[in-house]
This record gives sequence, structure tokens and C-alpha cells, in this order.
Amino acid sequence: MTAEIGHFALILALLMATVQATLPLIGAHKGYESWMATARPAAVTQFGLVAISFGCLTQLYLTSDFSVLNVVQNSHTAKPLIYKIAGVWANHEGSLLLWVLILSLFGSAVAVFGSNLPPKLRARVLSVQAMIAVGFYLFMLLTSNPFERIFPAPINGQDLNPLLQDPGLAIHPPMLYLGYVGFSMAFSFAIAALIEGRVDAAWARWVRPWTLAAWCFLTGGITLGSWWAYYELGWGGWWFWDPVENASFMPWLAGTALLHSSTVVEKRDTLKGWTILLAIVAFSLSLLGTFLVRSGVLTSVHAFATDPARGVFILALLIIVIGGSLALFAWRAPALVSTGVFQPLSREGALLLNNLIMATATAAVLLGTLYPLLLDAVGGGKVSVGAPFFNAVFIPLMVPMIAAMAVGPMLSWKRADLKPALMRLKVAALAAGAIMIAAWALVTDGPVMGVVGIGLAGWLFAGTCVELADRLRLFKAPLADSLSRLRRTPRAAWGMTLGHLGLAITIAGMTGAGAWRTESIQAMKPSDTVTVAGYTFTFDGASGGKGPNYSITEGTFRVFKDGQPVVTLNPEKRIYMVSKRPTTEAAIHTTFFGDLYAVVGDQDPSGAYVTRLYFNPLVAWMWAGVIIMVTGGCLSLTDRRHRIGAPAKRSVQNAAAQAAGA
Amino acid sequence: MLNRLIYILPLGVFLVMAVYFAIGLTKDPKILPSALLHKPIPEFTLPPIEGGPGNGFSSADLRGKGVSVVNVFASWCVPCRVEHPQITRLAALKVATVYGLSYKDKPKNALKWLRELGDPYAAHGADLKGRVAIDFGVYGIPETFIIDNDGIIRYKYVGPITSARLEKEILPIIKKFSQ
Repeated sequence: MTAEIGHFALILALLMATVQATLPLIGAHKGYESWMATARPAAVTQFGLVAISFGCLTQLYLTSDFSVLNVVQNSHTAKPLIYKIAGVWANHEGSLLLWVLILSLFGSAVAVFGSNLPPKLRARVLSVQAMIAVGFYLFMLLTSNPFERIFPAPINGQDLNPLLQDPGLAIHPPMLYLGYVGFSMAFSFAIAALIEGRVDAAWARWVRPWTLAAWCFLTGGITLGSWWAYYELGWGGWWFWDPVENASFMPWLAGTALLHSSTVVEKRDTLKGWTILLAIVAFSLSLLGTFLVRSGVLTSVHAFATDPARGVFILALLIIVIGGSLALFAWRAPALVSTGVFQPLSREGALLLNNLIMATATAAVLLGTLYPLLLDAVGGGKVSVGAPFFNAVFIPLMVPMIAAMAVGPMLSWKRADLKPALMRLKVAALAAGAIMIAAWALVTDGPVMGVVGIGLAGWLFAGTCVELADRLRLFKAPLADSLSRLRRTPRAAWGMTLGHLGLAITIAGMTGAGAWRTESIQAMKPSDTVTVAGYTFTFDGASGGKGPNYSITEGTFRVFKDGQPVVTLNPEKRIYMVSKRPTTEAAIHTTFFGDLYAVVGDQDPSGAYVTRLYFNPLVAWMWAGVIIMVTGGCLSLTDRRHRIGAPAKRSVQNAAAQAAGA
Repeated sequence: MLNRLIYILPLGVFLVMAVYFAIGLTKDPKILPSALLHKPIPEFTLPPIEGGPGNGFSSADLRGKGVSVVNVFASWCVPCRVEHPQITRLAALKVATVYGLSYKDKPKNALKWLRELGDPYAAHGADLKGRVAIDFGVYGIPETFIIDNDGIIRYKYVGPITSARLEKEILPIIKKFSQ
């Protein structure tokens, strides 16, 4: 019965979305207020219906109802509770349900909190949002119904892929989807603006929080995935340029560009067409991510549903959504008038440079990801494009960008002078130089890129600090004056500062982990020792054990540095009972300068275990940097101007709010 | 006019991509082309699995005796275990001679595996060092080759054979080359 309720609620949600996609749009065009007014209740009802549907699927998982195919394929009674819940979205059908749940959540958020939006814009935004939803509901109901029954019902399920039975991965997809789907808001606003033919500062101000929220979630989601790969796959790597990783990275790049260009629209009333295009592209790339994973066009370790029949549907959906919006863009965007003019050397110019580099980087990642597909389509055979290509293209693009990133915020709007900005950055240049020399002296045999990377991180960090000190007039004005400036700094400005500082720390971490890692792979017998990066690992053997739904081989390493005990590491190898599949659980000891990382593998006939021991420098900096970046994003999200909406409407709105409250 | 074209450019780029996607959808990403496809099998002689039955098999066995199937397996390969029932089914249909190539496996483990799951193979050979597998262009196991009466490789599949794959592809191809 629960399955049928869930299914029925999904069908009702489709019907509700169809109403929401048409009536308000026509109403906005013809000026029928009552038609436009259907948008808000429709959006909220739609969310309620999907929530019921999602709740039903969760209930089916919790009760292990094996008369439902989806539960059979992805669950098992012995599975711990958290993975029964996570199992809901750790499969194709369920993850789509989560997708539409988040989509309708955002839609209803606009409906509930969007009181300060002009009614026409709001009606159009909600209609566009519902159009996307209609596509996804149809896709689910026609090709990927999560509520499909199976008869006869098996006694137990096939269990969830053991790699996915992990706390990091339980929250990774929802975060990622909040990011992906968050860009649908920017997209809907962009399409609504194109229909209306008007983009102004107020529009940019409404779009910004959505983009920012999506960006925060996507940043967090990508990092969670990377962190998971780092400790779960047992290779000590954190980024593999895998098609699915790229699929999440491309919207991030486009979204980051969008965040910056929307500032220009808001402050200077220019770059309108470009910003609209970025909003369309960011969401299109999110959709493409879905397409790449699910259609079977590109294979990847992540591809948990490859089915060409679904692929045809998704392709049709992509052509309608992306093709349609780009056609609308080609038709309407030339009419958008920009009033702001600026010199190439200005804050706008710097942001535009950021945008051009980000767009180029996005295009490069897209090309690398799709190249195997393109070549195969013209009969050129099968190839795979790996890390060497991406590193060779991506890193040289990022070097000038990071270099310019410290300068950009020092420039004034409209027209700037480079020389004083560079003079003020002398301190940062000195700091970067000193860090490079120190790095070079510490790691004499490391690659040149390591020194360059750490130098850039130092330059960006110091440059951002200089900009902050400048803004506060630190050491130039009395301390009290600086402190009062500190208090008056808008949260959005803090967001920028933290974002850039976080990125600097992340870059330092990526450089350390990428360029200076030490590894040692060998067969070890109990009481063998191996030295990695000055740490001595003594192997104490391995013992068997049992988890809730897996058996364990647990190795023990005692780690010493200069004869002093540092830590005892216990990596595990697990065999999941139902699927017989193994996973590795690396043991990681994090220190300020790097991670000690141990993996235990299979036993060979002589009784020795294959062990992999790593020292991964500065890995914790990567995660810490991202946390700072996301904190900056969240802080910027709470900026006053987002809470109060457009300044011109402030008094009217307050009055309205008081009237409503009275 | 040029200005107008710039606005159309994104749409153009996307449409070209869409065409490629459409072509990509018609291709099965699991079929890997082999340099040896439609070429004669490499010359080899494989000894039997040490301590097991039979005398192994060689390239001579694959010529002039109708269509044969060479299935590359190992006891340490989990997907091989998954596809084993399909290989058993294929052998029972007697439409082709099914050979098993034991890939880089310890004889003891390979024999235990065959004892446990059943031995569907007409003959098996042990490729301890994986040299013959290299000549066949084996990429990742399990892999399955269909070889016609003249000893020409006609089909190669990488990954576990599912029952659908067996019915929709393997059997029709065997039938085609049996005539």
C-alpha cells in the first residue's frame, strides 16, 4: 500500500507541476492576476506531494519491504539503519526522487519567501521551475519508477554496494544535489528575465543568494566526495578526473564564474547577457552531469545505472531544456541593454578575466570528459582521457588566475591604476617569495610545480590579507577607527575575503598532497618495519573480526618518529557478506603537516600482507580551506541586502510586513 | 549582424554536442574493440591446470571443430563467479565448444573453484604468467571470445555475461558463425 501511495503522490505531483508550468506563465503574459496567483500554492502543494512520495520510499526501505524491486536491489535486512535510509538515494530511481524533492523544495522556497519579488517575475520563475520538474517526473514515471513491485517477493535483498555504505557517502549525494538543483533557481530566474526582457541590479540581487547557496552546497558536496575517495578507495588519491567527478566540477566552475559576474550586474549594470548565459550554462552542466552518469554514454566507476533507453529520454530532455533555453537566449539576449561602461583595467575587467579563465577551464574539462565520446562517434576508436591531460590543461589556466586573484579586489570599479595596487601587494610578493624558497629548501627533490603551487597559495593568502588590512586601514588609521571599519564591513565582503583565503589554503593542501607525497607498497610480515617520510611503521600482524554485515581483516601498525611512538594505525579490509565484495578502510592519522595513511591488503601464501603506506603532506589543509570557503559563502548569504531585498522597496515592504503582522 | 551571431553561438555548440550524444547513445560502452577482431587467433599451447583433468588446449583445437568460445576466468575474480552460471548454461546448450582459460591463478584455487561451482568447460588450460592472455589482448577479466571454425576471432566481450547478454548477443553470434 505504501508503494502505491508513493506512486500516486508522484503522479499527482506531475499534474500539479503541469498546472504550475502553464497557468502562471500565460497569466504573466496576458496580465491575468488570478492565473499568476496559482503559482505559489501550486509550488507548495507540489513539494508536499513529492515529500509524501519520498517519505513512502523511505518507509519501504526502513521496513525492508522486499515486494518493491528498488528495495530488493539496494537493501538487506542486516544493513545498519543509517544505510537503510541512505539506500533510498544511493540508486538511480531513488536519487531522482531526491532530485525532484530538492527541486520542489527550492520552488516552494521561492513561493514562500519570495514576497518581495515582482509578481510577474515570480510567476514566470515558478513556471520555468515547474517545467523542469515536469520533465523529471515524466522521466521517473515512464522509465525509472522507484515504486515498481516484484512478484514473488524474495526473502531478502541484494544489499547496497559496499562502497556506498559509508557515512561520507550517505550525505554526499544530497549535498551535491542541493548544489546541482540550486543552480536551477539561477536558471529559472535567467529564463524569466529573458522572457521579460529585463535584467537589472534588483534581478542580480534576487539571483545571488540562490547561486551562492547552490555554490556552497556544491563545494561541500564535491569535497565530501573527494574526502570519501581519499579514505575509502585506499589509493591515497583525492581527485581522479573521473567523468563523474568532472560532471560535478564543471557546474562548480561555471557557478563560480556566475557568482562573480552577477556581482558586476548588481553593482555596475553590465555583463548582462554573459551572466544570463552563465546561469543557463551552470544548470545545463548540472543536467549534463545527470545525463553522463545515467545514460551509459560514458562509463565510469560511479555509473550505477546505465541504460540506453533512459539515455534517449534524457537526451530529449536535454535538447528541450538546454537547446530551448539557448535558443531563447539567442533570440532575446541581444535586446538586454547594459548601461555600465568600464576600462579593461578595472574591478569589472578583473572579474571578466576571472570569468574568461573559468569559462575556458570549464570548456577544457568538458572537452576532456567528452573527447572519448566524440572520437568514438566518428569511428576513431576507444580512448580514455586521464589525469595527465587535465593537469596539463587545467593547472596552466589556474596559475594566471590565482596570480590575478590577489590583484582584482585591489582595483577600483570602472577604471583602475595597476601600479599602486601592485605596490601595495609588495608585502604579498615578498611573502610568496619567502614561502617558495622555504619550500624549495625543505623538499629539494620535489617537482617545480610544487614550489610554484605553494608560492601561488602564499601570494593569494597574503594578497587577500593585504586587501583586508587596506580596507580596514589597519596600521594607517587609529586602531579604534580600524575596529569600527571592521564592524561595518558588510558580510558579503567577509564572504569574499574568506572565500579567497580558503582557496589559498586549499591550493596549498592540493600542492602538498599532489606534489610531495611519499608512498611505499610492499609485502610485510608481522614485526617487519618500513620507513616512509621519516616515520617508521612496524607491522604487528592482522586479525579477523566481524561487523554488522561484513567480516573484517584488521591490520595493526605502530608508528614511530625518532624512536618516539606517534600513533597506532588499524586499517581494515572488509568483505561484505551478501555481495562478497571487498572494501578497504584506510587508517589515517592527521597532523598539521600531513596525513599518515595505511592500507592493509590481501595475505599472500607466505603469510605476508600486502601493505600500502603513505605520507600525504598538507591534506588537512585542503579540507580546512574548503570549510573556510563554504563558511565565507554562508556568511555572504546572510548579508543584509539579501534579507531586505531591493533597497527601493524597503519601506514599502516593511509597511506591508507590519500590516501583515498586525 | 556579427553581434547577433555571437548570441547564437552557444546554441550551435550545444546542438553539435547533442548530435554526438545521440551517436554515443547508439554505442555500447561495454564492447571494447580488439585489435584481433576478425583476425586469426594467436598460436599457443596451454598446459592443463596442474593436478586437474584433461590435457589443456592449444590453438590447433580451436580450428576446424566448429565455433568455439574461450572464457578467461580466475578464482580471485568476483565478476567471474557472477557469470559462471551463464557459462554453464552456454556449455549445456552445446552450440559451441567452451574452453576455459585460467588466468594467473594458483592451480589449487582454480581447481577448488571448479569443484565448488561446477566445471562447464570442454577443456581448460592454465595461463600462469598471463602470456597467452596478452596475445589475445585480454584487458580485464572475465573476458569471452567467440572463434569461428577457421580460428578467426569474431567477438570479444569484456565483463560478466548476463543472461540477457547471452541470449541477445552471444547465442545469435554463435549461430551466425555456425552456418
